Amino acid sequence: MISNLGFGALIIAFIVSLYGIVTAILGQRKNNFQLVESARSAMQLTFPLITITAISIIILLVRGNYEVQYVYNVTSNAMPTYLKITALWGGQSGSLVFWAWLMSAFATAVTLRKWDRDRDLLPWVIVVSLITLAFFLIMIIGFENPFRRFWFSADGQEMVAMFQPAGSQLITPQDGRGLNPLLRHPGMIIHPPMLYLGFVSFVIPFAFGMAALITGRKDDRWIRLTRRWTLVAWMFLSIGLVLGSRWAYDVLGWGGYWAWDPVENAAFMPWLTGTAFLHSVMIQEKRGLFKRWNVILIIMTYLLVILGTFLTRSGVLSSVHAFAQSAIGPLFFVFIAITMLVSIALLITRWGDLASEGQMTSLLSRESLFLINNLLFVGILAVVFWGTVYPLISELLTGQKVTVGPPFYERSTGPLFAGLLLLMGVAPLSAWGHSTWKTLGKAMWKPAIATLVVLIGMAIGGVRNPGAFLGLGLSAFVIFITLYEFWRGMRARHKRSGENYLEALIKLAGRNRRRYGGYIIHLSVVLMAIGILGIEVFQTETQAKLAQGESVSLGGYTVMYKSLAEFDVNDGRNVARAVVDVYKDGKYLGELNPRRDYYYDSQQPMTIPGVRSTLEDDLYIILVNWEQISSRGATFKIFHNPLINWLWIGGIVLILGSFIAAWPDAEKEVPVAVSNKRKNQKTQTAASTD
Amino acid sequence: MDEVNVLNETPKKGGQIKFLIGGALIIAAIVLLIFTNTKAGAQYFLTVDELIDRQDEMMGKEVRISGAVLGDSIDYNTDTLVLHFSVAHVPGDNKDIEAAGGLAFVLHQAVNDPSLNRIPVEYVGVMPDLLRDEAQAIMTGKMGDDGVFYAEELLLKCPTKYEEAVPEQSS
Repeated sequence: MISNLGFGALIIAFIVSLYGIVTAILGQRKNNFQLVESARSAMQLTFPLITITAISIIILLVRGNYEVQYVYNVTSNAMPTYLKITALWGGQSGSLVFWAWLMSAFATAVTLRKWDRDRDLLPWVIVVSLITLAFFLIMIIGFENPFRRFWFSADGQEMVAMFQPAGSQLITPQDGRGLNPLLRHPGMIIHPPMLYLGFVSFVIPFAFGMAALITGRKDDRWIRLTRRWTLVAWMFLSIGLVLGSRWAYDVLGWGGYWAWDPVENAAFMPWLTGTAFLHSVMIQEKRGLFKRWNVILIIMTYLLVILGTFLTRSGVLSSVHAFAQSAIGPLFFVFIAITMLVSIALLITRWGDLASEGQMTSLLSRESLFLINNLLFVGILAVVFWGTVYPLISELLTGQKVTVGPPFYERSTGPLFAGLLLLMGVAPLSAWGHSTWKTLGKAMWKPAIATLVVLIGMAIGGVRNPGAFLGLGLSAFVIFITLYEFWRGMRARHKRSGENYLEALIKLAGRNRRRYGGYIIHLSVVLMAIGILGIEVFQTETQAKLAQGESVSLGGYTVMYKSLAEFDVNDGRNVARAVVDVYKDGKYLGELNPRRDYYYDSQQPMTIPGVRSTLEDDLYIILVNWEQISSRGATFKIFHNPLINWLWIGGIVLILGSFIAAWPDAEKEVPVAVSNKRKNQKTQTAASTD
Repeated sequence: MDEVNVLNETPKKGGQIKFLIGGALIIAAIVLLIFTNTKAGAQYFLTVDELIDRQDEMMGKEVRISGAVLGDSIDYNTDTLVLHFSVAHVPGDNKDIEAAGGLAFVLHQAVNDPSLNRIPVEYVGVMPDLLRDEAQAIMTGKMGDDGVFYAEELLLKCPTKYEEAVPEQSS
């Protein structure tokens, strides 16, 4: 019953999408705005319809209707309710529904705004959004239907079908397989929706970009309208990537966080073009340059989003993430190919309209440095894309599958990332239009001296690794420059207005949220870079079999094995939990509990490290093995991961910076404080309807 | 490459040359990075059969192989963290695997078919949680003179139990 309801809503949503596409095009052709309005209503109707589908799946999951294949695959009786709900995106077909649901929500949100100024764009935004949505819906309906059930046919065969085959009976298993224990982690529960939010939000600027291309509008209206969408999309994608890393670090027990696997790359690639886009749109806004390039970037981002959603499920590339493969491969490549061809054709048609309004003159100008920034981002994209598809290329050309491992990515992207770090320091100091070494040097010399002090400090502290010098040196440089920028702005405001420093700082950032939010995001990226450098360059490890009371030392810590207990937990786990004492310089710091959980339902062990996390370093202990009867000896693997915590802290700062940057700007400074507030409120409400 | 042209529309004589040169230099550097590192970092992705066929050629070279884990052969020394196990041949091509009935089925067949080629593997480190009978092991390492594959990296896939979104295990 619920299955049929959910499936029916899905089909109606698909039909409504098709209706919306056709009416929007017709309405635009005939200049009949009633038809466009009807298309808009169709767009808005998809959201409640897909909501019905999503809620149907959730009800089935929570009730444990194991006759439904999807429910059987991703839940089990032993799972707590919240995990049953989040199992909506625990498998392929559910996550596609979830994707479509978000997509319809976002597209609806867009169509709810006032369109008075941009009436001409509306039908095309609807068309592009609905085509994307319809594509996902047909994928779900045709290939990935989450409502298929198990049937026992008349001739004794087990089968999976949506509707009851003649003479068959429903099979209802008593329990499901359950979500893989490795995925039962907070990071893994939030990580997919964050990625999807990021993916889906990027469809909106793409839809506007296409609408601008089709209507032939030359202005940057589409960019201004979708600026916040882009930033929010970028933020969610960033959070998704960081959470995925965190999950790998916490759960996979190898002390790492990123493996350059095709699946990871697939999520990383749209992030790269999206980041380039975020920067280069500013040049179009300020200087009227790079119009074609911006359109190219948003097209690439959209295509990479679609690619990222399907690549690893299409069976074309082998990944260690063993996603279920399905028949969606060919259709999905056809969709990408058509989108690409249509986008390129449109771009060529409008090529002349998108000419720059001026040209760059100074190599050190802001726009020139942004251009380099874009080249570097696209360069990293080229590296990652090349590495990801290299097995396919090599097989095509030589008949022999050849892969490239993490060293390829690290060596190729390392210099490019270093270049980006340097730019992050220099570019904010340069001026639009024209800069010289002299003006740059004037703004830079103080932070440069501070950086030198840090480098000397590192050398005295015993650091010898050139990569660490370069990376941490650049990081320090960017931090100093950024803080110095804050300081200069704050001081100038303090002198001018007489506000105290804190007030001046808050108002300064409030007046120019995009700029200072951007600086905070830069700081966050540098913090992450420090975390990555810390673990990549300075990680050490050891392993030891310890009898009770014995200890082992690593990275200044001493770890003493105290005891081990094995017990059953009522959620279907057997836990082996060790107690170790941690000392540093002879001082007792506390105990850690590395453990091994064994899940009875899925017959799978799961290693959970004991981690002592500080700003300076992580002590990361894995229980490898133990003597089961006597519990006397146990083997541990221990990692010392310096600075890794800054990677996660950077992730939090990034969210903060994104919020500041995305928050509507007050448009003008008004001298009187009272009218200031009022004005603020006004412009904010005005902007939020934007 | 196109980017430079795209970015520097309608160049006037003189002023834009430096941007073209600068952009070209950066693009050349990126291409060079990709090219040299591909050469240095390339690993042949082989099946067990292919590795055995080309044993002499591949000796001492870093290669990536995949195979089905034989549960009975798993032997882990927890004092030294030295892990031994054997893998049986499975086809390398996704299409072949799908045609033969899916990965889970292929792995099951491989483990139970003694006529297939097998390779002993040695790996030092924490035994991955997913290492078990009929799992697919994807390993990077070198073939030794003694016919043992010395793995430096060990990744596992277990399609039998979890068809959906099974994550990697790496070391």
